[in-house]
Amino acid sequence: MKDERKTAGQALPAGRTHRVRCTLNGKPREGAAESRTLLSDFLRHELGATGTHVGCEHGVCGACTVRIDGVAGRSCLTLAVQVDGRRVDTVEGLARDGELSDLQQAFRRHHALQCGFCTAGILMSCADFLERAPAPTEQQVRDMLSGHLCRCTGYTPIVQAVLDVAAARNKNT
Amino acid sequence: MKPAAFDYVRLEDEAQACDLLARHGEEARVLAGGQSLITVLNMRLAQPSVLLDVSRCEPLDYAKVVGGKLEVGAAATQASVEWRPGLADEVPLLACAFPYISHFQVRNRGTVCGSVAHADPSAELPLCLALLDGEVVLASRRGRRTLSARDFFQGMLTTARAGDELIACVRYPLRAPGTGYAFEEFSLRHGDFAIAACAAAVSQDAIRLGVGGVADRPAVVQWPRLPRHELEAAINDFAWTLGAQDDAHASAAYRRRLVRQLAARAIATAAARAQGASNEG
Repeated sequence: MKDERKTAGQALPAGRTHRVRCTLNGKPREGAAESRTLLSDFLRHELGATGTHVGCEHGVCGACTVRIDGVAGRSCLTLAVQVDGRRVDTVEGLARDGELSDLQQAFRRHHALQCGFCTAGILMSCADFLERAPAPTEQQVRDMLSGHLCRCTGYTPIVQAVLDVAAARNKNT
Repeated sequence: MKPAAFDYVRLEDEAQACDLLARHGEEARVLAGGQSLITVLNMRLAQPSVLLDVSRCEPLDYAKVVGGKLEVGAAATQASVEWRPGLADEVPLLACAFPYISHFQVRNRGTVCGSVAHADPSAELPLCLALLDGEVVLASRRGRRTLSARDFFQGMLTTARAGDELIACVRYPLRAPGTGYAFEEFSLRHGDFAIAACAAAVSQDAIRLGVGGVADRPAVVQWPRLPRHELEAAINDFAWTLGAQDDAHASAAYRRRLVRQLAARAIATAAARAQGASNEG
């Protein structure tokens, strides 16, 4: 594989692989991707970060949601080459030193997951959302969660977990 | 559900976009937020040979008030406009409409100009642009031209943009004094495509109503302030002019019924807000 220089304005031709470098969960990573490779596939197949799940591949289900430069978005509607030089955070980066984050612990406490397929994406949305809206109303949480499909929980325990984390964080500050 | 192969170019600025659009024309597609485009690429409904990515063009990533309008550059995300602290004062209609646009995660990456470029008949941002009589600025190596929303939207997913043109920015007029705005939408699920959507602006002497999701493009009508029964008749007549079609989601009759309900509600809310605005003034 030829190591391409990623200067803006330079074409990355179809049918060849290109080197994509990003910071995944705080660590520099690189791998090969075609220009058409979706970020979701790049994460799972090239970088081995299989915590991010792939559901519908057209932006509806929310399972593949990751944070790009901190902002929650669909990795199935993002090209791998678009994250070159950027920060990508996935569910693997939430726990610190083997300890679940407060958000993950709340999901566990409230039984906010059953099969867990949708959970990785929901956690990444919540992580971004709670930084921007630290004291959300239940309606705001439900609006944010409307971008995710969960077929197990009926959402109520997820809403409770998110509100619980927000309340705990506000108490501690 | 994977895109066909294409060349990819990450652009730095508008001039580079115009050069490459002049070279590739219709073979190229402009990638901004990708929230509609990558979907259709994944489904292979579109197979462009080149993708020109404007999403990291810093000079195009802005929203600012210029000459009585909120101007939004090609790379600015919907979220960047939605989370503007002053949006409800600047363009209240947009503040009303954003919550109906897909979901938080999609608005984070989707752009305002991209939605206008895509011109889905049920999309909220084109409807707001049409209702407010906003502008689309098209750039190419031939120069810049500014079109009114009325001239820009030409049909289902069809606009006046030529193959070598980039939507450099769109301009939403700021709130008019003494005018109230409202947005109402019905869809099968929250954030889903609108089956019908109504935007209204009501001032002391005029009612402006826009309808999305029914005709092949946003449809706008303007009336003087009418008494209730005349307004109901006018809305009904307008609903019949939209050429509603039966499809898998709703019958034409149901769509007309939605238009009657949503329009009446939007106009009533906008009128109440206009009253509030003039009391404050």
